[in-house]
Amino acid sequence: MAKTLGILEDKDRIFTNLYGFQDWGLEGAKQRGCWNATKDILSYGREWIITNVKNSGLRGRGGAGFSTGLKWSFMPKEVKDRPHYLVVNADESEPGTCKDREIMRHDPHLLIEGCLIASFAMQAHACYIYLRGEYVFERERLEAAVKQAYEAKLIGKNNVHGWDFDVYVHHGAGAYICGEETALLESLEGKKGQPRLKPPFPAGAGLYGCPTTVNNVESIAVVGTILRRGAEWFASFGAPNNTGTKLFCISGHVERPCNVEEAMSIPFRQLIEDHCGGIRGGWGNLKAVIPGGSSVPMIPAEQCENLPMDFDSLRALRSGLGTAAVIVMDKSTDLIRAIARLSYFYKHESCGQCTPCREGTGWMWRVMERMVKGDADPSEIDMLLEVTTQVEGHTICALGDAAAWPIQGLIRHFRHEIEDRITLYRSRKSNVAGHSIAAE
Amino acid sequence: MAKAKVNGVEVEFDPGMTVLQVAELAGEEIPRFCYHERLSIAGNCRMCLVEVKPGPPKPQASCALPAAEGQEIFTNTPMVKKAREGVMEFLLINHPLDCPICDQGGECDLQDQAMGYGRGGSRYAENKRAVEEKYLGPTIKTFMTRCIQCTRCVRFSTEVAGVTEMGMISRGENAEITSYLEQAVSSELSGNLNDLCPVGALTHKPWSFNYRPWELQKVESIDVMDALGAHIRLDYRGPTVLRALPRLKEDINEEWITDKTRYAVDGLSRQRLDKPYVRKAGNLQATTWAEALGAVAGKLKATSPDKIGVIAGDLIDAEGLKATKDLFASLGVNNLDCRQDGSKVGGAAREAYLFNTSISGIEDADAILMIGTDLRNEAALINARIRKSWLKGDVQVAVIGEPYDLTYDYVHLGAGPKALKDLKKHSFRDVLKNAKKPAVLVGNGAISGADGAAILNLIASEILSAYDIVRADWNGFNIVHQAASRVAGLDIGFIPQAGGLDTEAMLAGGLDVVVLLGADEVDTTKLKGSFVVYIGHHGDAGAAIADVILPSAAYTEKSGIYVNLEGRVQIAERAVFPKGEAKEDWAIMRALSEALGKTLPYDSQSDLRAKLIADHPTFGRIDVKPSQKSFDVKTLGAKGEVSDRVFKSNIKDFYLTNPIARASVAMAECSAVRAPKLSVAAE
Amino acid sequence: MSVRRLAKEQPESFAFKPETLEKANWWIAKYPDNRRQSAVIPILWLVQKQEGWVSEPAISAIAKMLGMAQIRVYEVATFYTMFMLEPVGSAALIQVCGTTPCMLRGSDKLMEVCKSKIGAKDKLSADGKFTWQEVECLGACTNAPMAQINDYFYEDLTPENLAQIIDDFAAGKSPKAGPYNGRHTSEPIGGATSLLDPKLYDGSASKPVKIPNAPVPEANA
Repeated sequence: MAKTLGILEDKDRIFTNLYGFQDWGLEGAKQRGCWNATKDILSYGREWIITNVKNSGLRGRGGAGFSTGLKWSFMPKEVKDRPHYLVVNADESEPGTCKDREIMRHDPHLLIEGCLIASFAMQAHACYIYLRGEYVFERERLEAAVKQAYEAKLIGKNNVHGWDFDVYVHHGAGAYICGEETALLESLEGKKGQPRLKPPFPAGAGLYGCPTTVNNVESIAVVGTILRRGAEWFASFGAPNNTGTKLFCISGHVERPCNVEEAMSIPFRQLIEDHCGGIRGGWGNLKAVIPGGSSVPMIPAEQCENLPMDFDSLRALRSGLGTAAVIVMDKSTDLIRAIARLSYFYKHESCGQCTPCREGTGWMWRVMERMVKGDADPSEIDMLLEVTTQVEGHTICALGDAAAWPIQGLIRHFRHEIEDRITLYRSRKSNVAGHSIAAE
Repeated sequence: MAKAKVNGVEVEFDPGMTVLQVAELAGEEIPRFCYHERLSIAGNCRMCLVEVKPGPPKPQASCALPAAEGQEIFTNTPMVKKAREGVMEFLLINHPLDCPICDQGGECDLQDQAMGYGRGGSRYAENKRAVEEKYLGPTIKTFMTRCIQCTRCVRFSTEVAGVTEMGMISRGENAEITSYLEQAVSSELSGNLNDLCPVGALTHKPWSFNYRPWELQKVESIDVMDALGAHIRLDYRGPTVLRALPRLKEDINEEWITDKTRYAVDGLSRQRLDKPYVRKAGNLQATTWAEALGAVAGKLKATSPDKIGVIAGDLIDAEGLKATKDLFASLGVNNLDCRQDGSKVGGAAREAYLFNTSISGIEDADAILMIGTDLRNEAALINARIRKSWLKGDVQVAVIGEPYDLTYDYVHLGAGPKALKDLKKHSFRDVLKNAKKPAVLVGNGAISGADGAAILNLIASEILSAYDIVRADWNGFNIVHQAASRVAGLDIGFIPQAGGLDTEAMLAGGLDVVVLLGADEVDTTKLKGSFVVYIGHHGDAGAAIADVILPSAAYTEKSGIYVNLEGRVQIAERAVFPKGEAKEDWAIMRALSEALGKTLPYDSQSDLRAKLIADHPTFGRIDVKPSQKSFDVKTLGAKGEVSDRVFKSNIKDFYLTNPIARASVAMAECSAVRAPKLSVAAE
Repeated sequence: MSVRRLAKEQPESFAFKPETLEKANWWIAKYPDNRRQSAVIPILWLVQKQEGWVSEPAISAIAKMLGMAQIRVYEVATFYTMFMLEPVGSAALIQVCGTTPCMLRGSDKLMEVCKSKIGAKDKLSADGKFTWQEVECLGACTNAPMAQINDYFYEDLTPENLAQIIDDFAAGKSPKAGPYNGRHTSEPIGGATSLLDPKLYDGSASKPVKIPNAPVPEANA
């Protein structure tokens, strides 16, 4: 057998049909272990499930990295006048991220099984899976899998698991903000996807005003396997507090971009070299990495060598693991333009509800566009940085932070490039520094 | 009571209050744009950010954050200052620098808060956003580039006005406020949108470019466009009232007024009667007071009292009613009526004609039965309160009569008298029976006409008695008056005296002299055979057929007492002087009494008021909500035959219900855009 | 994103086709009885599938169907950028992802192809067959650059094969969706580096398992 690539061995991979080479359907899924002993798992009761998910160390895979088991425990212990809901966030829209898509089109039964287990644990009889609207194929595939599960009486009324349970697939129509859990709930209620004020939190008043937990697709889809193989098994991967296996999406300037399931805390270089054929043009050609989807600040190459890819290590570098969407940029990259394009993205996706984000994203983008050309005053770099801090932490949801951080990362690590660009732009102009000529 | 600290000072607060409210309790001013006490919380402007401990290390929106026991709230820290400056800067980067030509200028939250909380200058060097104007109807002028997307207008129209027509379309920096297909906002409360707009995006279309707020003088007054007696402020410049704005009055209008109250004021400058007129050779000719009064006095002296009748209109103050009644009583005239709509309301007990639950108390009702009232047009702000209650799920409503769009759901039990009798067969019977605080609202449309008294009696027996609506501790019987003068008229007894004729009978044509005291809503064509004296301020229906016109002061031109439909006595103050030679109604009567040789025993308004209070002590209780008393419902109306008819409101067009409104250009435009289109038979 | 509004020219009326209505009712059935509004996005989408775009009469019809105010449906239609408020190309609506991961791998060049073959972005082509747009991240970043054409993803594109795809659509063909560089899905090109162990697929995982950490029954049965 060839040299093992990466850290994780195949036997420990949860998403065994990640690339869709196998049968996505119920039979194939069962062959690969899905729906195995699910009834036993439910028979151990809600507390057991939540405790074991907590013990596994699973942290939410949607970006924030909050303990999944702990989140579940926030739901009311008793069902009172309002039903409980599980809502699965399949609005995967964070630039760089394309992992949930693979789960839904290639391993949909892992997700459905996870929905049942999670819903049972939170006493929900209904679960809505909210897909981004663009995932038409993925939705068709998931609907087909749900239909299979109903027909096999794995879910539905009077199913073999003894917990009446409905799964409904829902979709959006092109709005990044619906990945924010309360915006998603608004959207699911048939409104504009504008984030809600918190409190109240969804566990108190979520979908239709009922207790609701919103989880990422990956967080839910791993639950069945975690419980089948044991919390300790899952917790055996990765650094303490950063446990488990994780889907990484590596895009940008690597030889072979791909999605891959790896152990948490895998060193960045190993991840890239083992699975992606290395940086385009060799390791030395690496310039910077956005390690967790577009919202997290970039990291310069020199910090990447032995960088464990996990929540806490990246946080220590003032970045984040986010969705583990690794955007690699080599030395040919115009970093200012790369970030300006993200600024455009956030301006485009701002819901327009609250002032700092609605006005700030447009302002930041316009200044960034000038910085791409160099058509700016050096003092505007600090001004831009301050504008980012006026947005960050002042908004209803985290989109404001997400719009601010990439720019902060750029200025933090590559301020000199912006300054050089401005100098170059000015050197080509025959005007007095700081003043543009009227007719241009 | 819980305790929290605001800038180190301990305050006690009721659990459930927000951080913003607690900070205000402590006397701290919290700047805000989107937050409004009477609307749902949006939390979108971010101007009210404060620092809270314990809490995350970032500023919190105080409008939406529940205050907690032991919380420490800071409104003066560097973090808060920076946050406010930041938000202010963001709000201004795309706001035009057009304050000098903006109607909001001088009373603009954005201006004020920019001065108080903003930085000195702007660092924004990019192009500013421009937003296309929107058509929102005859009352709202838009300048959408000024909009700061606070969504107060969207929330007001949806929540309070009950017309889900406004929205914010698109998203991000392109988000814009509009109505669907730019249709006119259809609410009779639309002017409040302009009040709520914290910037100059929505301004008052009828008043655009007419004034700068700082050049206006202001006086506190009472509205007369309906029977609620909303508290208003009249703003005037020189001899002209330029605008009417709501004042805060929790018990009556909260802080809203109707478009008629607000925008009909331009009618005060049009079609005014400013001199006495006497008809000579078929034509009305201007004359002197002496000649006009002499003509009236001569005619009255020559006429037998039983051939004289007086009808009082809807806008008359209590002083005018009192002086008129006193004068004509001294002449032995029994044909008096203040109910020009032919309503049979009245009675011995005051509770028989009041809105007994009180205006604010209607929100306590858990079941409401409406009979023959188009409440939205007859008492729009009571209707808005019922909507508020309905939105909370606190009330169930049923309607007997013409089914109108009231902005909330109701059960329609039927059209007329039969439905009153059949209620006992309908399931709403149980709702009414089981209600803790049931209310019945009776419109004048149901109790007008020949069988009006019989209908009132039927309501008493079939509804009020049967469901115990009037109890020792709860009086749920409410008459929905529409006329500002009505309750004072009934209090004074401005109704037919022993054997006297009521409005309908007076119009039957048997009288030689008819005095119309501002009464323009009667069918004046029936008075062709009579000598008509019109006392009023507008050249409307009454003046057109008058033989003598005595010009009087409008409500803005005098101090006057009005009693609203819940029986609350209120005093309106004068803003400007009467037009030309016009006088207050009571002064006209005083002068006429002299000409008749029956001089009334008061020389001044204060003397008159003293007499009014002496004769009718209720007038001495200024701005007091009458306590709910039960009364014998059997005294209501009179037994008699009822006809099979549909209970209809007697309001045909909300915007044109009185002479001032009919003279108003703004009301004409509202009427043209919003009045229900009557279906015309194809001929 | 520019301001999104209803098209200037609108059809006289809109009617649900029977199959659209059937699907709409299937969606409505997914939500609690008093929450029909939840179906507004799926139904707007169905209408767009039926008509190619979302017209004002359609918005009014949906509002009526779901018991919503028209302005609320209009808000939704303008908020979500997948709703086309004007007619789009009859052969293909091409949405090229322009966000950074695709930009890093050459989406600029794809958009140049679109511009030269179709014309200005966001505008119906002269022949009415195509509309192309630059859109934000479509969530297929490891297969960048890519475009969504009509409903499906065309991935790992080069200017050459996008040009061919456009030609194929113009010729009335339905070119296959998915990666265009020879790989199956999102595995590393040239062969997966994981999931190679045949034991994963031999059915052994479906054998009865004993769940670890199972609670010990408190009392013997």
